[in-house]
Amino acid sequence: MLTLVIFLPLAVAVVLPAVPRRAVPWTWTAAALAEVALVAAMWAVHGTGGGVSFETDARWIPSVRAGYHVGVDGLSLPLLALTAVLFAACAVYSLRQTRRVREFAGLFLFLETVCLGLFAALDLLLFFVFFDLSIVGMYFVILLWGHGDPARSALKFFLYTFLGSLVLLLGFIGLYLGADPHTFDMVDLTRTPPLSGSPGLAGLTLLAVGIGLGIKTPVVPFHTWLPPAHTDAPAAGSAILAGVMLKMGAYGLVRIAMPMLPDAWRRYALVILIVGLVSVLYGALVALAQDNVKRLVAYSSVNHMGYIVLALGAAGYAAGGTDARRLAVTGAVTQMVGHGLVTGALFLLCGVLRDRAGSYDIGRFGGVARGAPVFAGLLAVASFAALGLPGLSGFIAEFQIFAGTIGAGAVATAVTGALAVTGILITAALFLRVLHKVVLGPPGELTPLVTDVRRPELAALVPLLALSLLIGVAPRALLDTIEPLSAAVVALVGR
Amino acid sequence: MMLPGWPGGLAVDGLSAVLLVTLAVVLAAVLAYSAREGYGPRFFVLMLLFAAAMAVTVTASDLLLLLMGWEVMGAMSYALIGYAWPDAGRVRAADTAFLTTRAADLGLYAAAGFAVAGAHSLGLDALAHAEAPWRDLIAAGVVVSALGKSAQLPFSFWLSKAMAGPSPVSALLHSATMVVAGAYLLMRLHPLLDATGWASTLVSWAGALTALLMGAVALAQRDLKQLLAASTCAQIGFMVLAAGAGTVGGGTAHLVAHAAVKSLLFLCAGVWLTRDGSHRLVDVAFGAGALALAGVPPLSLWVTKDEVLAGVGDPALLVVAFAASVLSAAYAGKALLRVLRPAGSSPVGLSQRVPLAGLAVAACGLGVLGLPGVAGEWRRLLGATDDVTPDVWMLVLSGVLAVVTVGAVVLARRVPEPGWALDWLLLERAATAGVVRPVFALARALDRFDDRVVDGAVRGVARAGRGTAALAGRRVEIRVDGVVSLTARAARWLAALARRPQTGQLHLYYAQAAVVLAVLVAVAVLAAG
Repeated sequence: MLTLVIFLPLAVAVVLPAVPRRAVPWTWTAAALAEVALVAAMWAVHGTGGGVSFETDARWIPSVRAGYHVGVDGLSLPLLALTAVLFAACAVYSLRQTRRVREFAGLFLFLETVCLGLFAALDLLLFFVFFDLSIVGMYFVILLWGHGDPARSALKFFLYTFLGSLVLLLGFIGLYLGADPHTFDMVDLTRTPPLSGSPGLAGLTLLAVGIGLGIKTPVVPFHTWLPPAHTDAPAAGSAILAGVMLKMGAYGLVRIAMPMLPDAWRRYALVILIVGLVSVLYGALVALAQDNVKRLVAYSSVNHMGYIVLALGAAGYAAGGTDARRLAVTGAVTQMVGHGLVTGALFLLCGVLRDRAGSYDIGRFGGVARGAPVFAGLLAVASFAALGLPGLSGFIAEFQIFAGTIGAGAVATAVTGALAVTGILITAALFLRVLHKVVLGPPGELTPLVTDVRRPELAALVPLLALSLLIGVAPRALLDTIEPLSAAVVALVGR
Repeated sequence: MMLPGWPGGLAVDGLSAVLLVTLAVVLAAVLAYSAREGYGPRFFVLMLLFAAAMAVTVTASDLLLLLMGWEVMGAMSYALIGYAWPDAGRVRAADTAFLTTRAADLGLYAAAGFAVAGAHSLGLDALAHAEAPWRDLIAAGVVVSALGKSAQLPFSFWLSKAMAGPSPVSALLHSATMVVAGAYLLMRLHPLLDATGWASTLVSWAGALTALLMGAVALAQRDLKQLLAASTCAQIGFMVLAAGAGTVGGGTAHLVAHAAVKSLLFLCAGVWLTRDGSHRLVDVAFGAGALALAGVPPLSLWVTKDEVLAGVGDPALLVVAFAASVLSAAYAGKALLRVLRPAGSSPVGLSQRVPLAGLAVAACGLGVLGLPGVAGEWRRLLGATDDVTPDVWMLVLSGVLAVVTVGAVVLARRVPEPGWALDWLLLERAATAGVVRPVFALARALDRFDDRVVDGAVRGVARAGRGTAALAGRRVEIRVDGVVSLTARAARWLAALARRPQTGQLHLYYAQAAVVLAVLVAVAVLAAG
């Protein structure tokens, strides 16, 4: 079942050349919606229990004990669902796409398989293969459908994140060699953490894994590939890049780094906390200075992902009560989902602006609410979701992160957590600035060009924001799924 | 229960019930009034969302739900202040109001974290029992948030900006309900404030000083709505003072009576702002409200304010509060001058006259909450443990002072309007110069740093990589290539050399074999030797 879910998009992509051109967008949309239904069904079957469901473990490269090992649990299910939903939204959003539709759809279907595979992988080598393929896929999306200076941005994105993946591979090899017997299997590595006898090597391995995943997350100072990649990527590409692919880094931290290197994670928890705090404040402040709305959202992603790193760092303080650390980890996973939905929506909205007026410069808009009231309403909801208004997903995630981080009981977590709280004030300022400059106030130079959202755009955006609202108002369905997983991770880190 | 493992929810007790009823009554009055003012659906949606958020805030039994209602109130306030969004000035005012209150809200976020650490619970009842350093931190966070939401010093300036919104919005949010949420929270968490020792003193002084200084600000205002806004800060100061002093009964009575008075005054101000003339009923209602605000006997605020003052123990605090009380009579007198101005008449519909009349009756009559029999019941309802009743001399003194002060202001028709008070103690300028500008400057500096240094380093690495490649291409590659071709040349030369002996002539081969044999023999002999 899980293998079918993972490879269905790829299968559709393979037969896509045989589909008549006009049916291509609809085939893509149908496949993406089928994925949503399948993942929802898997979630329903898995329920809110602990453990791994839909496990498949096949021989793949037996000489290095790497297998095709996939499965879902409380961490992967929300991210698989997020992936399916975001890809479906991009498919619907791109129904009016005219440039090289077949290739576009094929590439996105390929990327969907890659992203689903990564979140389901229970083998380091399999994880790494999907990790690298996602970079390749996104490189072509930016290169072929980008605007501005796509070749340069795509190359920068590729080289930077590919370098990150090589460092990550180094870390994986460290884990492989540290395990006895040597294996790439995540379940085995989690059960008996490798390198537990040699703290120096474990630290180096954590450094390699941390840098590899940190570049993808991204954390300051490894974030500068992100703004140009986003600025020049097509709207759907940005939505996937920010919504799904950034999560791969944070997901890897929870799935690989924390449970497999618990000693090192605890020892360097302060470093992780500080990296998270710096990302939060630095990302928010730099975002505040941007006039290009896509760069602004990109930097705000650095801020939002910083909260996740902060919370995961707090989870490494084993001294305090486990209830607070569980809260922090649950908040971090909730933040991954919430940020995916909201930032995906924000990038699609940026795409609408560019589609109409050909510009991302917030200084050239204003009073868009008159000519495009629905667009204005959606942008307002998405902005308030991003700044963490209660009732939307961002708040419930950030509240848990702050409460869990500050509440972890150590002086370091209390201080960094309390400082990180100021991030939500800066985020509020920058999103109000966007609303003020684009949506409200007197009309600007490009305002007459901005017509309201069209039906496919609306159909793509409304579900994303509706899900954010659902998580914000009734978070229990999501939290109850994550909770057993965060309890397990906290226990694994604390051993 | 929103979070698994963290109990919490909504619950109604006496204090919540009082606030819910106040909210419902003022909401009904304001919406009935607004129905005839030509607002679109957006206005009513936002007002109702606001009311729901306020209802959640006052019934929440844990910090999470409290904060949810609390922040949504702020967002609705933003949307309603900026209701006329094409006007950039109003949007800016909305930005200022939202960001100022959210800056204070950070205190509640942090307090929730401290509560997890110190009390292992988010429940409001558990906070007072938190362990030692955490309890003080929780109290500090709560106090900052409450002072911000209630527009107490030093956050008061946002309420001045909030006046950019429509008058009915001010009548509901910025006088009767949202702004008193801070005072409500402090009264609800009074046990926590008491447990720390310092927090109740701090809160008392913050309230008293706000009452005094914002009273002076109100007195200096020339715009009626600004005067009313500053007077709201000042009056909430009395409630905050009550929360600090622990007189929950008096503080809540003041809150309820003030809600009726102030929403009445704002609605009347709205009538004057949107029409050319006035209406007899509006003039009478405003007059009654202004007299109640002044604390003129036997109207409501005279009684409730004295109940608050009666609970104050510290003489210095009492002097400040009394001075603030006199100032309230002065600014109410200044507002009253507005009624005495001759104005034309304009029609006011029945659906607007009824709420105005109802609020006016409440504004005059809610003093009954202080009557000896009623006051006991009231405190029982609120679960208040204090048992303070104002002395007769205090009631007489404050009543006389109020009447004299109002009379003096009305007769003099002129009050001092110092610049610092007219400009709201320069608070907004201080915030702009001290916080907003430095943050924006830092943001721009970091943006340049990000571009030049952080990304510059990445570009530098890339350039270095390209440079190395070019260098390798020009220099190293030539050398390496040279070595390779040299090897090839040498091989060719050797091959040519090797071809030489292959002549095909047998005698030469024999000769060569003989030479090789001789050499081998020589080598063998030498080696053996």
